[in-house]
Amino acid sequence: MSNNETIQTTCPYCGVGCGMDVSPKKQTKAQSPSASFPYEVKVVGTAEHPANFGKLCVKGSSAGETVDFDGRMFEPQVNGKVVSWDTALGVVADKFSKVIKEHGADAVAFYVSGQFLTEDYYVANKLIKGFIGTANIDTNSRLCMASAVVGYKRAFGSDTVPCSYEDLDVADMVTFVGSNAAWAHPIVYQRIAAAKRARPEMKIVVVDPRKTATCDLADLHLALKPGSDAVLYNGLLSYLAASSAYNSDYVNQFTEGFDAALAKANDLQGSVQATAEQCELSIEDVQQFFDWSVENHKMVSLYSQGVNQSSSGVDKSNAIINCHLATGRIGQEGMGPFSITGQPNAMGGREVGGLANQLAAHMDFAKPESIDLVSRFWQAESMATENGLKAIDMFDAVASKKIKAIWIMNTNPVVSMPNANAVKKALEDCEMVVVSDCMQHTDTTDVADILLPALTWGETDGSVTNSDRTISRQRQFMKGPDNAKADWWLLAEVAKKMGFAEQFNYQNVADIFREHAALSGFENDGKRDFDISLLDHISDKEYDDLAPFQWPLTAKAPKGTKRMFSDGHFFTPSGKAQFIAITPREPVHATSADYPFILNTGRVRDQWHTMTRTAKTAKLMANTDESYVLIHEDDASKQGLKEGQLAKLYNTLGEIVVRIRIDAGQRRGSLFVPIHWTAQYASHARVDVLVQPVGDPLSGQPESKHSPVAIKPYAAKWYGFILSREPIQTDELDYWVKVKGKQFYRYEIASEMALAAPDNIASWAKSILTSVEFGLETKPLNDDDYVEYQDISGGRYRCALLKNGKLQAILFIAPSIELPPRSWLGSVFAQNELDAKTRLNLLAGQASGAKDEGKIICSCFGIGINTIVEAIHKDKLTTPEEIGVAIKAGTNCGSCIPDLSAILATELK
Amino acid sequence: MKQKLIVIGSGMVGARFIEKLLATAPNEYDITVFNKEPRGGYNRIMLSPVLAGEKALSDIMTHGEAWFEARKIHLHTATPIVAVDKQAQVVTTDSGKTYAYDKLVIATGSTPFIIPVPGHKLPGVVAFRDVQDVDSMIEASKLKKKAVVIGGGLLGLEAANGLMKLGMDVTVVHLENILMNMQMDEISGQLLQKSLESNGMKFAMGAQTQRILGEQFVTGIEFASGEVIDTDLVVMAVGIRPNIAVGQKLGLDINRGILVNDQLETSEPNIYSLGECVEHRGQVYGLVAPLYEQAEVLANVLAGNHSAAYEGSFVSTKLKVTGISLFSAGDFTCSEDSESLVYEDLSQNIYRKIILKDNKIKGAVMFGNVTGSNWVFDQLVNQADVSAYRDTLVFGDGFQPSQHINEAKD
Repeated sequence: MSNNETIQTTCPYCGVGCGMDVSPKKQTKAQSPSASFPYEVKVVGTAEHPANFGKLCVKGSSAGETVDFDGRMFEPQVNGKVVSWDTALGVVADKFSKVIKEHGADAVAFYVSGQFLTEDYYVANKLIKGFIGTANIDTNSRLCMASAVVGYKRAFGSDTVPCSYEDLDVADMVTFVGSNAAWAHPIVYQRIAAAKRARPEMKIVVVDPRKTATCDLADLHLALKPGSDAVLYNGLLSYLAASSAYNSDYVNQFTEGFDAALAKANDLQGSVQATAEQCELSIEDVQQFFDWSVENHKMVSLYSQGVNQSSSGVDKSNAIINCHLATGRIGQEGMGPFSITGQPNAMGGREVGGLANQLAAHMDFAKPESIDLVSRFWQAESMATENGLKAIDMFDAVASKKIKAIWIMNTNPVVSMPNANAVKKALEDCEMVVVSDCMQHTDTTDVADILLPALTWGETDGSVTNSDRTISRQRQFMKGPDNAKADWWLLAEVAKKMGFAEQFNYQNVADIFREHAALSGFENDGKRDFDISLLDHISDKEYDDLAPFQWPLTAKAPKGTKRMFSDGHFFTPSGKAQFIAITPREPVHATSADYPFILNTGRVRDQWHTMTRTAKTAKLMANTDESYVLIHEDDASKQGLKEGQLAKLYNTLGEIVVRIRIDAGQRRGSLFVPIHWTAQYASHARVDVLVQPVGDPLSGQPESKHSPVAIKPYAAKWYGFILSREPIQTDELDYWVKVKGKQFYRYEIASEMALAAPDNIASWAKSILTSVEFGLETKPLNDDDYVEYQDISGGRYRCALLKNGKLQAILFIAPSIELPPRSWLGSVFAQNELDAKTRLNLLAGQASGAKDEGKIICSCFGIGINTIVEAIHKDKLTTPEEIGVAIKAGTNCGSCIPDLSAILATELK
Repeated sequence: MKQKLIVIGSGMVGARFIEKLLATAPNEYDITVFNKEPRGGYNRIMLSPVLAGEKALSDIMTHGEAWFEARKIHLHTATPIVAVDKQAQVVTTDSGKTYAYDKLVIATGSTPFIIPVPGHKLPGVVAFRDVQDVDSMIEASKLKKKAVVIGGGLLGLEAANGLMKLGMDVTVVHLENILMNMQMDEISGQLLQKSLESNGMKFAMGAQTQRILGEQFVTGIEFASGEVIDTDLVVMAVGIRPNIAVGQKLGLDINRGILVNDQLETSEPNIYSLGECVEHRGQVYGLVAPLYEQAEVLANVLAGNHSAAYEGSFVSTKLKVTGISLFSAGDFTCSEDSESLVYEDLSQNIYRKIILKDNKIKGAVMFGNVTGSNWVFDQLVNQADVSAYRDTLVFGDGFQPSQHINEAKD
């Protein structure tokens, strides 16, 4: 990795899977902002990558700003003590072995991540299913697209995304169903926007209870009743079946189950009016949607979490797929039911089978011959034979002590799981929690017994699969922290220590990839969709150079496969696609008098997941810096909620506190809160504490978009903020949110407790400003250079800590949200020793716009030399008396008249 | 025929009054001025810089004899008035000469208060009031080493500073524990003391002077505590008393000072008074700004503008000691119905406090950084409602009102 080399890799964020050209420039020590981090990383889109053709969104393009080592986990730790790798891995292996011996294999579990590379996933899956002997491996992808997986499998007999991104370019109609792609998948959204610009007649429909940024592009927005997607698509199936769009040839030749599905749809949603009423939409809008659906053969339905995160998510995806099958709109250019994923490698995880209800390589436990096949291929010593526990059940089993040891890899379930407080408690009480992660402090590492420092994006090597089956390489372009390791390595080392050295003796990541490719082709013969066996013997060099391709990649399709099911053949036993008769179901938990609002959750534009990467750069914190609740104006006024203040959302599971944003795009009775904020960044913004732990009975995917809650004002006695050069300890704060600024951290704070007495406020404030976090420890700053402002009866207190004349930290408290802007104060952190004026202005919170008088000459009227000199030249003044007439200087006590004479002498020289 | 106007006293206020009168009604009066001091008008405020050697006497002369002459004003210097006949409207000088008037203005100012402790008449005990006092201090500094200034108020500190500049070892003796306690609160007083101490000034705080020691000349002072300190010079700067002698002779209504109404009229017709010798609405002023306002009003009154009225002043204080910035105005004591805004930057010796009552400024104290103090004083004088900018008030002017700002869109 010499200077100025460009390395091609894949973005670490969403499932679009954009190619990136990365130029890591190694800096000399003098250039480097931190001694431990010697790189400056420039990132641009890869021009020829089929996912993005050179484009990147704001998250991707600022990825180079997130690769520093701030906050990283550097050493293996057991019970808070730094230990060697050998010790740490030994403790993990011994504990797992002991638990298995005493309680059986089902007493252990892995909870992994869609951010894993495929090779990491493969090793984890192989270890637990083939050697530990349980399928208790699940992944955060369960929260993301598990319903889509089951939907595809029910319809096609395989978990196969039929489409390619190219279909978006040529479709005549794209319907976003439960997708805010403008924020969550910006490059896909922009691709569709470009198509719409080129062909304005192209129809764009958004199906989403709330008006999102994606609606900017839409010809029609159907703000349907939350959870009623299957109703809408049943109605559409009924309408299409009676229209010219119905493709009886396709239905007869390539599908089964149409009559039952149609009968159910006709019965329940057999008219436009019935559909509209049940979805709480206007008849005109539903009619328009149905008409366009009839008219546009090239139709793509792009669906995401709004469909998947539901107790009937599988049915919803099948309701969509039904409409494509009835019209034969699948397998051809510009059409298809297109599930888009949220993680960089959710798809790769599906391919290796890294979910509890999968086996491996797109096989499952339903067929004994599949289990046998995999067992033979792996030479498994202890083969799992049935589904393991899916995420919700897995953490329930941790809570009930059925699972006694769990290894959580690169994910943050204490934040992202439903009923997150219960998950946290379960982990706190678990016998052994191993967490491998790149960050030292996450909500999940904070409850771990054993911490294993992992390498992360840029430091690791492997492959990922995006939403349209494109496998791309993620390549290493810089060296990680000295003692951090690749996930596949530490999994393999634990496997070796548990006695499986022979089957886990990988020399490099290409070894694993070849084995993965070989398994995909092992006794396949076209029986399974996922097959990349053409690559099972590639050399290390060929693996390094592997260009993006769409699977399957076989002898029959040596360049990969753009589109699936073009021939009408499916992977069901009959080879025909299956219609599923859908009876739309209401969400499990209905609203009630006590909890009358529906809480919806989702992403914001510039953040990703639990912010461990995106919160590192001020650029990505600039658009949305604090969690919030979107609420309709009418609901807000009924609840006494005001824009910019804080609200409490609560139900029987928990409570959060977030900033109020009135939003006209929000349905009455519906609230929206982002998913991203964790206990690392906010005191009370882990929205998943409110999400009911109920899932789809088939997919196990939680119903994260429909939690009944109540909302009321947070009775703040005061609001405030802190800016600090170093992160501070937040233990003494009530409400707080942490935001990375350019050279400082900003904390927005508030409390329901009244301010303490003046002396106590000062000592409280000073103890907070001096409590600075340093890695694992906390070290108080010893310095007593403070500036303070007190307006106690006005409820205002301000305090700044300076160090060598530089601003170190500053705190403002006010009785309302009316506080000075933080921007000027933030800019002060860039200054060295502050001049007297800036120092005085600190606690005003802004630069005085008062004219700089310069040295005061006339004290009586406060007139400075700058004003006097200006007046002399402007009004052509020649005597002190004339100065007095013009600007009053010298006309009171007259003490300054000699000075005025001297100034005149100088200026008129 | 012009009316005859007699002005007793050509100090800063008397001279300013004449100046304003001539500007308003140049031909109305034939003016005669009697001055006890042997010179015309000078800027008494600037005596401190003169003592400190920063300015010469010529720099501070504002109304020399030539000024009066040019305006055809009859100036009699070193001429005290010893009697007035208010029936006849005639004044008598110390040499027995009489002058008739149509209007009489008394601008006799004040006299320094000398504490009548034993030894107060010893040579080496001086006040700090006029050029003569300054001259005697400058003379003393040439021969003597040690000085005590009794009084830690504005004048005392300026005198002490001047004497230090003249090379003397100076101790300020103050009865209270806070310097300039009429203008400073505890914290600002301490900062002031700290700043002056760092310049080399010494202090005996909370010290009551029992007697001044010495036979032929001052040799020391003794406190009530029995403690004695040696000194070669004692400057009394414990305050001033309105100079009401002329008024008493006239039988005018007098309380602490000569009582005047809003037109600066005394209890006798055609007799007016202004300056440090008067008491207006219960207030006696010792600072120049309000007295200049009186001068302006009286000039208008005598020019025939009967609606002109003086309604009292807020005063602000500044200390003329190089390197020390302080500001004080109004009533800065806290009470139950007042609210205080306090800014402290103690490592930089900076302190600013504003006292509010009913959202208006009642008083203000600043030390170390007085930026914006004139603006603050304007808010006080105008009794402006400051609630809209309360949260930046103590920092001065030029700030935007706080509002809720969505930082993200900032």
